[in-house]
Formats: sequence, C-alpha cells, structure tokens
Amino acid sequence: MKLSRKFVSDYIDLDKELSIKDIAEAMTSVGNEYDEASSLLPCTNLVVGEILECENHPDSDHLHVCKVDVGSEILTIVCGAPNCRKGLKVIVALAGAKLPAGEIKKGMIRGVESNGMLCAKCELGLDNKFLEEKDKDGIHELPLDAVVGSDPISLLGLDDEVIDFELTANRGDLLSILGMAYELGAIYKKQVKEIDVSHHENSENINETFKVEVKTDACPLFLAKKVKHVTIKESPEFIKNRLIASGIRPINNVVDISNYVMLETGQPLHFYDSNSLGDTLIVRDALEGEELTTLDKQLRTLSSEDIVIANAKGAVGLAGVMGGLSTEVEEDTKDILIEAAIFDNIRVRKTSKRILRSEASNRFEKGLDPKRTYMAIERSCSLLEKYADALVVGGMVEYNTLAMKDITIEVSLEKINKVLGISLDKDTVVSIFESLGFSVFEEDNLKVTVPTRRMDIHIEEDLIEEVGRIYGMDKIKGKLPVLNVVTGSYNKTRREIKNKLVDLGLNETLSYSLIPKGEVHTFTTDTFTPISLADPMSEDKNTLRYSLLYSLKEIYLYNKARNQEDISIFEVGKGFYKEDGIYKEENKLAVLMTGNYYLDIKKTKVDFYIIKGILEELLDYLGYQNRYNLEVDKAIPNEFHPGQSASIILQGKKIGVIGKLHPSIVKKDVYVFEISLDKLFQNKGTRMSYKDIPKYPEVKKDLAFVVKKSVSSKEIETVIKKTGGKLLKEIEVFDVYTGENVQEDEKSIAYSLTFTALNRTLTDEEVTEVFNAIITKVEEVCSATLRDK
Amino acid sequence: MNEKKEQLKKELKEAISNITDMNALNELKVEYLGKKGKITELSSALKEMSTDAKKEFGKILNELKEEATSLVEEKRSQIEERILNKKLESEKIDITLPSKKIKRGSKHPMTRMVEQFEDLFVSMGYTVYEGPEIESDENCFQKLNLPKGHPARDAQDTFYLENEYENFLLRTQTSTAQVRAMEENTEKGPIRLICPGKVYRRDEDATHSHQFMQVEGLVIDENVSMADLKGTLELFCKTILGEKTEVRFRPSFFPFTEPSVEVDVTCFKCGGKGCALCKQTGWIEVLGAGMVHSNVLTMCGYDSKKYQGFAFGTGIDRFAMFEYGIPDIRTIYGNDIRFLKQFDRKDERNEIK
Repeated sequence: MKLSRKFVSDYIDLDKELSIKDIAEAMTSVGNEYDEASSLLPCTNLVVGEILECENHPDSDHLHVCKVDVGSEILTIVCGAPNCRKGLKVIVALAGAKLPAGEIKKGMIRGVESNGMLCAKCELGLDNKFLEEKDKDGIHELPLDAVVGSDPISLLGLDDEVIDFELTANRGDLLSILGMAYELGAIYKKQVKEIDVSHHENSENINETFKVEVKTDACPLFLAKKVKHVTIKESPEFIKNRLIASGIRPINNVVDISNYVMLETGQPLHFYDSNSLGDTLIVRDALEGEELTTLDKQLRTLSSEDIVIANAKGAVGLAGVMGGLSTEVEEDTKDILIEAAIFDNIRVRKTSKRILRSEASNRFEKGLDPKRTYMAIERSCSLLEKYADALVVGGMVEYNTLAMKDITIEVSLEKINKVLGISLDKDTVVSIFESLGFSVFEEDNLKVTVPTRRMDIHIEEDLIEEVGRIYGMDKIKGKLPVLNVVTGSYNKTRREIKNKLVDLGLNETLSYSLIPKGEVHTFTTDTFTPISLADPMSEDKNTLRYSLLYSLKEIYLYNKARNQEDISIFEVGKGFYKEDGIYKEENKLAVLMTGNYYLDIKKTKVDFYIIKGILEELLDYLGYQNRYNLEVDKAIPNEFHPGQSASIILQGKKIGVIGKLHPSIVKKDVYVFEISLDKLFQNKGTRMSYKDIPKYPEVKKDLAFVVKKSVSSKEIETVIKKTGGKLLKEIEVFDVYTGENVQEDEKSIAYSLTFTALNRTLTDEEVTEVFNAIITKVEEVCSATLRDK
Repeated sequence: MNEKKEQLKKELKEAISNITDMNALNELKVEYLGKKGKITELSSALKEMSTDAKKEFGKILNELKEEATSLVEEKRSQIEERILNKKLESEKIDITLPSKKIKRGSKHPMTRMVEQFEDLFVSMGYTVYEGPEIESDENCFQKLNLPKGHPARDAQDTFYLENEYENFLLRTQTSTAQVRAMEENTEKGPIRLICPGKVYRRDEDATHSHQFMQVEGLVIDENVSMADLKGTLELFCKTILGEKTEVRFRPSFFPFTEPSVEVDVTCFKCGGKGCALCKQTGWIEVLGAGMVHSNVLTMCGYDSKKYQGFAFGTGIDRFAMFEYGIPDIRTIYGNDIRFLKQFDRKDERNEIK
C-alpha cells in the first residue's frame, strides 16, 4: 500500500516538521512496516526556466544551444530535444541537481559550455506506466504562465511524498487512506476529518427501474446506485496526481473516481455502462467452465468456486477481481451503474490466486467494513457529480445481510498488565483506546466499543495488543520468567553419533529431503509407497527420499566434478514413506567414503574394511558390541557391488546395508552404509558395567591356516571360539596372505589367540590341549591346513 | 704384594684403554677377574699364609678386585653410552614430515547452531521437542488459528502432498510443535520447549531455500508475560549473537499469537551503526514472537483463563550465516566438501558461561 502524504493530509493534519521518514518510523513502531519512504520524485535543484534563445549547435545536427532564464541568472544550456525552442517554459535541472539517473554537472558539450539540463518528464523518476510518448520524446513543456525560478515539481502537483507499506494480513483496514488517517491519528493524537459524501439526487428511484438478485451466500452485501449523463474527460490534476502517488495509472475521470474512492475508503467499486448492462444484475456462483472476457481483454474460463455478476445475457464481471469487457465504461458512456459490494473473502482469494491479483481483490481478500461500502457508493456519487457532471438517480438498490454493529469487548486493566508485563494506570489505557477512535465505558472492567472498520479486533487479547502497540511494545522491560525448576532434555544419542563420526574423520552434510521421483527406490530393496508432492517446484525435487544414500551419492558426484577425490561424509536425516495410509518418517544414518582416509605419505585408500571399521566402531560405541553381524545377502540393492556388500543384522533383524557402490553407478571405489536409527534403537545398547580384571597371566599363541578363498574368516573364528571355550579370551586376525607359497584359490589367515582363566594360572599342558583341539577342529570343519607348523 | 698389585693395575689400565667394544672388554674381564683370571689366581697363595698375613694379603687382594672391577665397569658404561649415543644418532628423524592421522571430521554449521540453541535452552529447563516433517493442515495451520482461506497462509507457500491438497503437507513452520506439545500434554499443565527442525516452503532464491531450518520456542504457564518473553529473547540473543546485542520489539501480526511482535536485534554486521545489510537502520529482524493466541490454547485443550504463554520462532540459517559469515544460503545446502571441512573444530565464541 502506497500512502500519499498529500492524500492522507485531506483527512488528518500532520505537522509540517515531520519528515516522511519520521512518519514511516512512527508507523513501524505501531506495527506497520514500510519498504520505502521518500519523495514521489527523487529530484533536487529543479527550477522553472524560460528559453530566451535557441540556436543550433555549430558542431552538431541535433543539439541546440539555449539561453535560459532561471530567475536568478541566465544560463547557457545545451539541449538535444527536438521540441526545444524559444519561448518555452521548461524544467531546468541546475548544476548539482540530483536526478534518478545521476547528478547534473557543468561541462562542455562539443565545445560549448552547458550549465544544466532541460528535463523531459521521464527523467524525473516517474514510473514508466505514468508516462506518455511525449514525456519520453522531448523536454516537458510547462504552461506558459509558469513563474520563472519557481519549483516545477509543485507546479506539476507532484510535490508529494510516499510511504510504501508492507502491511500485515490482519490490517485490511489500512488499505485505505481513511484507515491510515485513523492509525496516524492514534499516533499523533489527532482527529480524523469527515469524508464529504454530499451530492444531489433527482426524483427518480433506481429501485423502480433496476433489480439486483443475489443467488449465492458468498455475497452478504450488495449496493447499487445509478448516475446519468456523465461527461468522460480527463480527471482534475489532484485526482490524477494522487492516483500516481498511489501507484495507479489515471485513465479518465470516471474510472479514476472509482479508483480514487477505493483508495480513500478501501472499498472497491465497479462502474458498469448502464446501457450495455440492462436492468438486472444477478450475483451467483459461476458455472463450471463458464467463460468471461475481462476488462483486460482476456478470455477467462471460470470454475464453480468463482462468483460472477451477471445480467440477462450472462456473466458481466468476475466478483472481487475484475469487471467484464462487455459492460465497460467507454468514451461514449452516458449512464453508469455503480456497484459496491462485499464478497466472501476466501472465495475471492481462491479466484484471484488462480486468475489475477488486483488492487480490488487484495482488499476483498482482507475483508471489508460494510459501513465503508455505504460510504464509498455515496462518495463516488459526490465526486461523479462534481467532476463528471453526473446526475445522481435517487434511491439505492440494497441487499444487506450484515449486522453492521460495532462490537463491545470487555477487558480488565489487570489482564492488560498481566499479559504485557507492565503496570499502566487506567487513564493511560483509556486514552490509548480513545486515540484509536474506540469508545470506553468504565465499570469494574473496561467495556470498549470498537468501530466496524477494525475488523481485526474480536477478543480481549486484541485490545491488549492495541494497548501494547500504541503504548510501545519496545517500552516493555524484559525480565526472566520465574518458573518451577524442571529438567531440560535433548536427543543426546543423536548428538553422540554425530560426535563419534566426526571423531572418526567424517564430515557432516545437510542435503534436501526432496529428490526426483525416479530415484526414490534406489539404494534399497525394501518395498514401500513413496510420497510425492502435489505441486513441486521442479521435477528433480518432487518426491521425499526414502534412502539418504541417493543424496550422498549426489554430493559425491558434485564434489568429484570439482576435483575433490577424498570424501568421507555422513548425514543423519529422515526417510519418508507411506504405509497403510499413514505417513511414516524413519530416522536414518548414511555414510559415504572414498579416496584417502589417512593423512600420511603413503595415503591409505578407503576400502571395505575401513568403512566396516567405521560402522563397527559406531555400533560398539553405542553399546551393541557382539550383537550384530554382517551377512552376505543375495537381495542387495542394484546400486551395490554384489561381491563387496552385506546386510547389517542386529539381533536377527536387518537394520541396514553396507558395501561398495556398483561400478555402473560410480567408476571410482566408493563405499557406503546406511542404517535405520529407529530400528537400531528398538534394541537398547548394553549398559556399561565393571568386569573383574584378570588376576592371572594371559598366554598368547599364534597360528595360521591356509583355506580356500571361499571360506570366510568368520567361519574359522566361529570354530575357534566354540572349541576354545571359556579359556579362550580373545581372537585377533593379524595377517591375511595370498600369493607365493599359497595356491591361487587359497588364502592364509593368521590368528593370535589369548588364553586365560579367572581363577588360576593356566599350565602349558592345559593351553596346548585346547590349542591343538582348535587346530584339529578348524582343519576338519573348514578344510584348512595349519601353515608353518 | 703391593707392588704386584700396582703392577697388575697398571697393566689392566693399559689394556682397558685400548679396548673399544664390549666383547673385548668382557674378554679382558675374564682374563683378570674370571675364575682363572690373573687377579683371581693370586688368591691361591692364601692357603700357605699365616692368619695375620692372610688378613693383610686378603685386604689388598680385595682392594685390587674392587679397583679392577670398577675400572672394567667404568669402561663398560663408557662403551654402553657410546653405543646408545650411536643408536640414538642413527634413529634421528625428520620431525617436519607429515603426521599419520585420520583426516579431521567436521560438524555441519547448522547442527552447530542447533546445538548452541539446545544447550542454552536446556540449561534453562526447556525440553527439545521434535515433531514430524510431514504434517496435517490442521496442525500446521488450522489449530494455529489459520483457517483455510486465511490470507496469512499466502506468506507460506506450502508443499502439499500428492492428492492431499489442504490435508497433508510438509511443515512450513516449526510452530506445529506448539500444537503437538499442547495436545500431547495430558495434564494440560506448564510447558517449556524448543523445537528445532527442517521446514519447507515453495520459494527459492539467494536468500530463500525451499528447505531450511527453524527453531520454535514455547512456554506455557500461569503468569508468563510479554516482559518475560522479552527477557528470554534478550538472553537468547546476547548468548548467541554477543553480549552487546540489543533487542527491539515491534508490534506485528501472526495468527497464532496475540499480541504479536517482530524482534529486531542490533545489526550483527555493523553493530548498529547502519550498513547495507540492515538497510542503514542498525537493526536486523530475526524473530517473530508473541503471546500464544487464546484460540490456539483453547483448540489444544488448554484453559486460556488460567494459562497464558509465549512463543517465538526464528530461522536458524540466518544465525549460522551470521555466526560463520556465510554469504549465500545455498552454500549451506551445497555440501561442497571444501565448505564442510571448514567447520572442523570447537566453537570458540558464544560459549555458555
């Protein structure tokens, strides 16, 4: 909403000393933010000048050298405008003048000195939509009676200042000059002046010749009046200039008056050419697929949610949004039917969202004061009579289902102070309400009557807010609340997971939950129903991810494209899916590693065992030691290397997958794992508890087996563990060997075994017995041979 | 005897002085002090001596043995030291070569901000609440006093789920936590929580990402006021943004709070002097806040006559951008490894004292 200072000054006296910035800041402090507050035309050092002489520049085919009287002196100015000629009254930008395009300086133009600039209207900072061709083609020609040396901007009537407000959604009342005047009145403790709606009416009664039928509940109020014999012409300067300052392009007096009244009152009006319209108006829901050509000459296809105004022939206007072309006011229009109505704000909002947002729809959407509807229709008659020679027909067609009563709300001083945390006295509070134009009846509590224009005020808290606003929210002194002592809490485990992974050298990522639909089933073998958006911003962000691995792979590719080869990353986030009609979110952890892991000269490349180590270190840290294992699974996702991947099983349940990415997905060696944290946490981690430290010495014995490559270390370990029994405390693999002295299909694995007993020192015989039993059993079960006996 | 002793000593000394390695020293020791060594053998003469002579001779012999042993041992330690020094010399390394270590990991700046918020509020008895990212229209809007068709919904262009228009959506604000926490509180008693989390809006440019993070705060109790809200936010802003930060309340409008305020803080770039970031005002808007609307309390089953509460919400991204000087929000979600790796140490600033 652009507020013209001149316009609002019709209704409230603002001190001249107040700068436009002061006013804007004061409005901000009561909750009305602004984007910009400045002069309508951001120009300085302009004066009216008279061209005394105009000669062709000796060195140019289009420049003129002029002698210009600017009152204080006669200046030589070079000008290139084709309409530059002797005798014109022009706008002169003196040296030092600031124009939107820059500062004007004295200088030489092709050898002739020039001490300023003669201005075209388009050089003053007016928006393009307010300019005609002549305003761009040549210098502006002022009336010949303009006083040399005076201010040309005030001569043009454009010496206005404008605040561009960004209003909150609840303050529809401020989309009007009157609303703004009341708000300023509350701030500066000034009375708002009455609007002039006075006009004459003839002895006819519109109700005898015109009918309105409302056939929808989306139109609670509809008023119509008629004026005759209008003269269509240009609007008076003040109307044009105020529209310009408010950002609306002047068209002709009649159209301008409808806009002018909308700006004043906030009530959009619609003027129909009465003769094209006929004698009936019907307000109804639009038919599905019904067509209407709107004022902007666009053919609109309507839906049953839209509201239309129709005559006998069909729709003539899209209610709340835009009128129809067939009944438009044109140059030859004589009689006008004026419509002032209120339409359901939600319906208008839906229509305007789909079809077109306009100044009118914006106001309908925010809600309107029915008293203003009456005020606006009378005001437009008053202005049409004055500025369009209209003859106002007597009476008004009225359809009104609204109560139009001011509401009274009770509020206690105690509650005001309790909510705001301040201690105001009653007089202060009462004077605040009165400054807003509310009347107060004092009993035990305050009974505050709020005029209908303040549609945002319904309950006592709304009144408390008004007190806070006008008193000054910022004057409230902060204090810390006095509350019972309670314990706070947060998800510590998740933080520990992150800390652990960071300690292990991984970098945390944060990626988007939305991914392309075609990718949602990748990196998983689970069957699930994915969740897509109704109206995505783009095809590559239309579905919620199920696995985080797609995102990590994308991050890998992004970085690889930037020559970053060493990447170890993780992300904790949610996977989304739908199950039995219910939306589910599952907390997941995904890790991706590639390139070098250690920082040393030799560079240790990430391989399966490094990422496996990360997984184990994390799960062990979280208390799941010895409770999980990796199982080679035929059902691994297609994106995984079939020979280097496994399912992660925790106590018999699959919680994730680990492995190398398939070479068809990425060429380099990239390793990943993903686990469901929700599934993991279904099992509690083992509590840390003290175990006796062995009192008796440990005996270490090493051995190595040669086995077929297909035999897994785990199989051997299982046999060792089983055979070793209680005395075997630890098994450690310390070497894996393939190559010389070992058959091609074989490998050698070396183990270090630690034996101990809790209650005695083990004898050599005891250890040897177990040790030999282990060898025999492994050789038997795993078809192994003991190496280097 | 004494002469013999001196002679043997002299002989030994000479022999020792020529020795350079441990083997030769051991051999020499055997030669003099072994079972059949030159010095040991002298004791054979003892048998034929008188008691007095034995005593005298024995004393000298012992002295000789001791002196000889100490000569040998002295030499031994000299050799040992030389060997050790040689070994140490040979073990000298270039300490400037790179160390062997795992690359240092890093925690995402947004996580760091969330953790700072959590630590501060948890220390004041707040619980960190986490709600789902898929929400019902009811929880995200209707119960926050934003009925269908409300114009304030425009400000939050919503991602609805497929076939779920005005039914299910990706939450546009963490304020949904207010509704959930109040509804879940079966006793309808006091609440103190913050809810940090991801939110989604149909909007994207240099300052907006379609996915970003917010934190919501909610306190419900019998006597909390706007003044308590201001005090809490002052503490919050000073802790996170620095001691000198001032907080300004401006009235505003949010459907779920009444009264509502927007909260400005001293511009973190210029410290309030005025700069391009704060549009020369010296203030930056960082939070929306207010007293929980009585409709919201009522819709969530609370007695709005007995309880009142305050709520606040802010975008975490802006705080992270300020804290670490990140100019473009898209960097935060870009996951360039060179960006991520920069956040690889303890946060030094804004520690909670």
